[in-house]
Amino acid sequence: MMHLKETELCLGLPGGGGCEAETLKVTGKRGFSETVDLMLNLQANDQSSSSTDLMNDKKLQNSSKNNKDVIKPPAKAQVVGWPPVRNHRKNLMAQKSHNEETEKVVAPTSTGGSGAAAFVKVSMDGAPYLRKVDLKVYESYQQLSDALAKMFSSFTMGDYGSQGMIDFMNESKLMDLLNSSEYVPSYEDKDGDWMLVGDVPWQMFVDSCKRLRIMKGSDAIGLAPRAMEKCKSRC
Amino acid sequence: MSEDDGGCGGAGKSRNSGEYFTPYPDQVLENVLENVLVFLKSRRDRNAVSLVCKSWYRAEAYTRSDLFIGNCYAVAPRRVTDRFKRVRSVSVKGKPRFADFSLLPPDWGAHFRPWVSAMATAYRALEKIYLKRMSITDDDLAVIAHSFPNFKELVLVCCEDFGTSGLAVVVSECRSLRVLELIEDDVSDDEVDWISCFPPEGTTNLESLSFDCVESPINFEALERLVARSPLLKKLRLNRHVSIGQLQRLIFRSPQLTHLGTGSFAPLEIAGQQQVDNREPDYGSAFAACRSIVCLSGFREISPEHLPAIFPVSANLTSLNLSYANIDADQLRPVIRHCHKLQALDSICDEGLQMVADSCKDLRELRIFPIDGSENIEGPVSEVGLLAISIGCRKLQSVLYFCQQMTNAAVIAMSKNCPDLVVFRLCIIDRYRPDHVTGEPMDEGFGAIVKNCKKLTRLAVSGLLTDRAFSYIGQYGKLVRTLSVAFNGESDIGLKYILEGCTNLQKLEIRDSPFGDSALWSGLHHFYNMRFVWMSSCRVTRQGCTNVARQLPRLVVEVFRGDGVEGGERGDFMDTLYMYRSLDGPRTDAPQFVKIL
Repeated sequence: MMHLKETELCLGLPGGGGCEAETLKVTGKRGFSETVDLMLNLQANDQSSSSTDLMNDKKLQNSSKNNKDVIKPPAKAQVVGWPPVRNHRKNLMAQKSHNEETEKVVAPTSTGGSGAAAFVKVSMDGAPYLRKVDLKVYESYQQLSDALAKMFSSFTMGDYGSQGMIDFMNESKLMDLLNSSEYVPSYEDKDGDWMLVGDVPWQMFVDSCKRLRIMKGSDAIGLAPRAMEKCKSRC
Repeated sequence: MSEDDGGCGGAGKSRNSGEYFTPYPDQVLENVLENVLVFLKSRRDRNAVSLVCKSWYRAEAYTRSDLFIGNCYAVAPRRVTDRFKRVRSVSVKGKPRFADFSLLPPDWGAHFRPWVSAMATAYRALEKIYLKRMSITDDDLAVIAHSFPNFKELVLVCCEDFGTSGLAVVVSECRSLRVLELIEDDVSDDEVDWISCFPPEGTTNLESLSFDCVESPINFEALERLVARSPLLKKLRLNRHVSIGQLQRLIFRSPQLTHLGTGSFAPLEIAGQQQVDNREPDYGSAFAACRSIVCLSGFREISPEHLPAIFPVSANLTSLNLSYANIDADQLRPVIRHCHKLQALDSICDEGLQMVADSCKDLRELRIFPIDGSENIEGPVSEVGLLAISIGCRKLQSVLYFCQQMTNAAVIAMSKNCPDLVVFRLCIIDRYRPDHVTGEPMDEGFGAIVKNCKKLTRLAVSGLLTDRAFSYIGQYGKLVRTLSVAFNGESDIGLKYILEGCTNLQKLEIRDSPFGDSALWSGLHHFYNMRFVWMSSCRVTRQGCTNVARQLPRLVVEVFRGDGVEGGERGDFMDTLYMYRSLDGPRTDAPQFVKIL
């Protein structure tokens, strides 16, 4: 059991008799809203706060344990790279705790297996190597586009505009892209049709994409009519 | 003496015919020296030799065959290949260790490309490459395969940016390949059956094959054939796609194995089919045939009921890694009880430590990893385990111990019971946690470690620490070369104690601690002696870092944000400072988000 009293005592720093002025007096249960407000204040200074502030933060969390309604403070639970274990092991730990909490296994990318990961093959015309990506790792076309660019870094990708995806609303821009020698990503959907990436909302794309192929714009021209139809039907 | 001599140690030239051969005395000495130096392996000794005089410098450069580059940016490849001409083995380390914990943004650097390009022409006789935390691409692997006809050993640790297609090129072209070890790398699945790319006929020279980190499925039939024709194979580490049944077949074929990574250690699940035969094969008989196994690891998806299969070899084991196995103390007990020769143990089970303490009196290395990464949970009483181990295993040299809570008393006891400790890394996962019995900071515990463990060279601290802990480390940690600090400390004085006191400090990594500019400044006298300093989420300012950079022109001072956003600052302070000495100035391959001051 956490001995709160001992923890409180420890904040009497060596050499000093009493606590510093800003040490909060913990008198027992604290109302939830007060706890949240205080934590939000501390969180704003999170990165640059002194250890004293962070020790106060810890104290709050200790006190908040008394109040069963209080959710565990997120500031403590989510720190990048802590505890210091490598990714292999971290994924394993995550998988084990998920197994315990829920029946469903959330498969992190490195352990693969069944479940929520959505791996698709990615090929690029002219590139010697095939890759695989887990679409669930990304949250937007921009992220996917960045990741693909990194993967096939010796080839340049076309300009996808500010959203990182082909602007289907702009017919002339689309046709320019497809007439160029820039590369565009296309994908095979559930029906086996090859479409231009970016024509549907992201989540729908993740659910229907089976395979990715990055091809020259000029080769993708045959895909354009379908893309334009979809675009028009949504306008 | 002529500077133009290729240094090949030839004796002096005879002047005219009729006179006899009068070698220059210096050349004789150099010749002798080279013959002696060939036997000198330690790089520290070699560095000392090279400082004696020019002649010794040349002789040493000519005879150095093992190259160790501790920081790939400390020196340019060209400078290395100009100085050392006859290198057979190269080790290069790249990214700082905190990269393992996602504190370094991707694409930061540590590319192997410039090194392999330089070596491809300079070191045609190269036989071994060892890389740690480097970015190596499939193209680089192809260069290795094509440039070094006598290539024998490739060991990649924590590397990334390559895939199975690169592996295929290496195994098919490197006909003398003895060792291929992939350890905790990020290997992309290019859907290439690389195991089948080994030369198809005849026996191989393979002595060690480790691919447990490769996440893609393996062609088992090809692997089995490969193992069958590798009579010299001693170390085999399989990935989790190899089932226990397949493992059994493999070890029947290679009973001479000494090091085995077992793969999944679970039965193959054939979707949709029921196992007609309800009897399970006797996996133990396979292990019983392997009298030579001394090192076991793997167990990636172990079904605990299969663990008894390893009983036949447990008495011979010197190294056991169960850290990926989700087994409890009761399941561990029957194995550990027999492991009297065990010297290294990796586990997640700290409840079983009393058994370890009772059975493994020869234990030198212990690594206990967390089962669960979250803080704020009440785990088993970890200090009891640490105490038990310290009493039972007096010969401990290296400890890595993750726990939720700890006491000074247990750490002090360990410092007294295990005076041979060289590495002590204690990670109390619950940050800022004081001694959970007394409520005191953990100062006295770590103080006792540096005081009593006189051979200590590597230390990682955790829990609630004040300046006092650091004063102890500075005062007593005279041999400490590597120090890791995370979420610790009280004020700048702490870091000052370290920088002023730890005269042998080479690698310093600090995160989330309240050390600022004045503390940094106090290390000026020492930074050139160090391999690197890392400080992230501390209290150093741009001005403070710039001041250091100005004072020390040969120090490369990089600042950046851990999330890769340009600018470097987070709030008032630099997010990450990474600095290291370099003979060749700032690197030219730094990405946009890295600013070199």
